[in-house]
Amino acid sequence: MEPLQITEKIKEAFPAEVLDVTEFRGQVSVHLKREKVLDICRFLHDTPELAMDYLMDLCGVDYLGKRDDGSRFEVVYHLYSMEHRHMLRLRVRVPGSDPKIASVMPVWKGVNWHERECFDMFGIVFEGHPDLRRILLPEDWEGHPLRKDYPVQGRSGDEEWRGFKEVLEISEKLKEFEWER
Amino acid sequence: MGEIEEKDIDQGKKLGTQELTLSMGPQHPATHGVLRLVLELDGETVTKCTPYVGYLHRGVEKLGENKTYFSALPLTDRLDYISSMSNNVAYVVAVERLFGIEAPERAKYLRTIMSEMTRISSHIIWLGTHALDIGAMTVFLYSFREREWLLDLFEQACGARLTVSYPRIGGVRNDVSKEWLDSLYRFTQEFPARVDEYETLIDQNRIWLQRTKGIGVISAEEAINWGLTGGTLRGSGVNYDVRKAFPYDAYDKVEFEVPLGSAGDVYDRYRVRMGELRQANRIIKQCIEQMPDGPVLAPDAPKFILPAKENLFKNMESLIHHFVLLTKGPLTAPAGEIYSAAEVPKGELGFYIVSDGTGKPYRMRVRAPSFIHASVLPRLCEGGLVADVIANIGTIDIVLGECDR
Repeated sequence: MEPLQITEKIKEAFPAEVLDVTEFRGQVSVHLKREKVLDICRFLHDTPELAMDYLMDLCGVDYLGKRDDGSRFEVVYHLYSMEHRHMLRLRVRVPGSDPKIASVMPVWKGVNWHERECFDMFGIVFEGHPDLRRILLPEDWEGHPLRKDYPVQGRSGDEEWRGFKEVLEISEKLKEFEWER
Repeated sequence: MGEIEEKDIDQGKKLGTQELTLSMGPQHPATHGVLRLVLELDGETVTKCTPYVGYLHRGVEKLGENKTYFSALPLTDRLDYISSMSNNVAYVVAVERLFGIEAPERAKYLRTIMSEMTRISSHIIWLGTHALDIGAMTVFLYSFREREWLLDLFEQACGARLTVSYPRIGGVRNDVSKEWLDSLYRFTQEFPARVDEYETLIDQNRIWLQRTKGIGVISAEEAINWGLTGGTLRGSGVNYDVRKAFPYDAYDKVEFEVPLGSAGDVYDRYRVRMGELRQANRIIKQCIEQMPDGPVLAPDAPKFILPAKENLFKNMESLIHHFVLLTKGPLTAPAGEIYSAAEVPKGELGFYIVSDGTGKPYRMRVRAPSFIHASVLPRLCEGGLVADVIANIGTIDIVLGECDR
């Protein structure tokens, strides 16, 4: 099935949830609200003519200061159907003030570590995940490194590491020397 | 020692048993890197297995966001460091798809050859170490002989044996010589006999069969649900190969089969990878025969390709171009997003790149197959024996550099 036909199916079943549909280089993204993401994933997985049985990837993206509606984060799902050979991208918006979203563990078991990594790197809480711990970073790590306001560089030279807050302040000061982005 | 009497056995029962918690790794030789497993054992049976990863985390995704498209390429070498060429290809194909660049035909064939050479060198290192873990030592010595030949060819083509950074956005760095192709062609003629040789060592070996048949079984539906890819998935009989599903480079111009297993156990995954060795050899041979002449870097992608070194010192434009490309990145990048995957030896290596129109990726996500394969370890190990944990770690074919990124 063509990706745009799949988006029509989603719109029929969940008319209030779809915010937007975009296409770039032949890949279709469906922008969704976060409330019914588990139901939509179950719908995509269980409907025989869609049969999205393989979750290729789940990741977070931080759109800090790029959005007007206060939805800072996005959780991106890449789905594929082994039977029908079609692919779809779901982009679910998550507000920065309350970064929570339902876990899709009941649908795909393989999403377990993806969600743990997303929690580790962005601080997005996946509700209903059985074992939501940090995975790549040590358990006592401060901050979430892939957020856009996390500093890339610490202090230079042989000074000792003083902690997360001080580094944040320094990175604010150093911003005036950066290329404009 | 006399016969064991009935009363001694009764006394043993009274003592009772308790579960043992064993921390395996992070520097255990059989974990192929720095993987730590915490095993809870009831006698020799594994009741619970908890993997801990992250010892090799270098923040590749964060680094990628702060480098230009051009200079993020060497980061991908260090993901799966024994198959760096495939990682490079996966990355440059993703960037080419994002920006709509078309690489020249010859470069596409060269990249296909390099990807398949990497597949062979990665699979034979897998075969050697997997057999070594299980107890068949000889295979390791044989397999490294062919790997050496391939690494020498890599060195002749680009100067590096492991971290190659040979493909470029819009092609490859330099063309290869005719002698190089001759040597590779000789390799493809000799290699099938070498694969037979490995198989005579273990294929019908009774110990090998007992250690691998019926171990770590995972059904097709479950394997898909867990998100497995590559040989680990195809051992369960699922016909999914990125080279067929989303063809890139020259894979739609060559003929090859996708080897499939049926039982989904350690032995079938071994058979699948042996089949892949033969198919990779077949692809290389066809590529050499079909390869057209021509340039190896796209002329219509100057914003992504460094100017020739000799122009740098004579031509002002080239110097400016070089400087801007390395410090600020391409100035005319379109905004958009792409998910592009490649079939690397371990499975599906995907790149999800979000561009906001500046010279650096806004988000560079690496979907690493080893990461997913490591997460399935508890499913494979629980209920099995301690000795089978080693077989299971080997069969999912993980490299921790890629897992931890």
